[in-house]
Amino acid sequence: MFVVTPAYAESNPTEGTISETGAHEGDAQGGGVFPPFDSSTFASQLLWLAITFGLFYLFMSKVIVPRIGSILEHRRDRIAQDLDEANRLKEEGDAAIAAYEQELADARKKASVIAETAREKAKAAAEAERVSTEAELGAKMAEAEKSISAIKAKALADVDTIAEDAASDVVQHLLGGTVTKAEIAAAIRAASGK
Amino acid sequence: MSNDPISQFQIKNLLPIEIGGMDLSFTNSSLFMVGTVAVAAGFLFLTTANRGLVPSRLQSISEMSYEFVAAMLRDGAGSQGMRFFPLVFSLFMFVLVANLIGMFPYFFTITSHLIVTFALAMLVIGTVVVYGFWKHGLHFLKVFVPQGVPGVLIPLVVFIEVISFLSRPISLSVRLFANMLAGHITLKVFAGFVVSLGSMGALGVGTAILPLIMTVALTGLEFLVSFLQAYVFAVLTCMYLNDALHPGH
Repeated sequence: MFVVTPAYAESNPTEGTISETGAHEGDAQGGGVFPPFDSSTFASQLLWLAITFGLFYLFMSKVIVPRIGSILEHRRDRIAQDLDEANRLKEEGDAAIAAYEQELADARKKASVIAETAREKAKAAAEAERVSTEAELGAKMAEAEKSISAIKAKALADVDTIAEDAASDVVQHLLGGTVTKAEIAAAIRAASGK
Repeated sequence: MSNDPISQFQIKNLLPIEIGGMDLSFTNSSLFMVGTVAVAAGFLFLTTANRGLVPSRLQSISEMSYEFVAAMLRDGAGSQGMRFFPLVFSLFMFVLVANLIGMFPYFFTITSHLIVTFALAMLVIGTVVVYGFWKHGLHFLKVFVPQGVPGVLIPLVVFIEVISFLSRPISLSVRLFANMLAGHITLKVFAGFVVSLGSMGALGVGTAILPLIMTVALTGLEFLVSFLQAYVFAVLTCMYLNDALHPGH
């Protein structure tokens, strides 16, 4: 009912179609027809819409959509790549920390082993020293004892000789005779109970 | 400019062209179609020219509109629907920019003409029908037979479905057209009140404040409507394309 042919609109400008359009008669153009229903402009609008929207569609589908799509895809790839890189670095860091901890534990173990062996060695050395010193001391003591007993024996032997001399002298003085040494020695031996 | 709220929709010949008795003149409507395409294409082209890995603000706007439409289409028609992405994106950007340009005073709103919105709606429905038959053959007719309907009701349901399918291009085009038309008329009427009251002396100027406030509020509302109608147009396009991709659902 709103759509009127131009011919109809022109031939019946006053009757119009509806009161609205009738109220706006005398406007610059359109012959009193409500502009959106003025079919005389349809062909022009359709043609120019087809041209402009067609070009717009072509431009969108050939240039803009691929371009924005590639920008977004590139960004997504880049973010994924960066995340992968960050993950890789984190893993590397974790591995480095683990290796460090391992090394530290090994070093601790080694250090304790070294300390242990050093302690053992020192203990062994001290023990050996003690033993050798003791042996040395024992040897020295034995030697000393030997020399003491030798000296003692010698002294005892000297005592006999001195007694023989003394007895010979005593006998000589008292008796004025001479006594052979052998007699004296025998006498002394008898006196001393030997 | 006259005070008449209808004159803003007047088509004016700028460059008369007549071929085979048909008036194909370059009009103010044609001029604003060219302007809409130039603004939308120029914006998208220039803001993405750097292909920045870290987008600038304007590049973000282009990317957001791309992702907005992409999400809308994926939700509405599944991942297979992405083959129609250039179409839906073009429709959304064209309608959105046309609506927004129409918000400038003295500018022509191309979407306030039924023939333009109807042509865009027919483009959508035509795509649905052609692609549906090309892809599914006669199985595309399943779109009129919902699953799980008792046998007795099928004729009635098919009748209703056919009616609803046929009314789609009408509802799609009239919704956009009527919203833009009504919004612009209302704005013009209230703005006209400001002028006519303002010319009525001191008391008139005082009362003119009221329609002025109304005009400001309506301008904000109209910007919302501009975006919302472009969105609704694109969402419904996605839903109709879903029928072409998956008939019988």
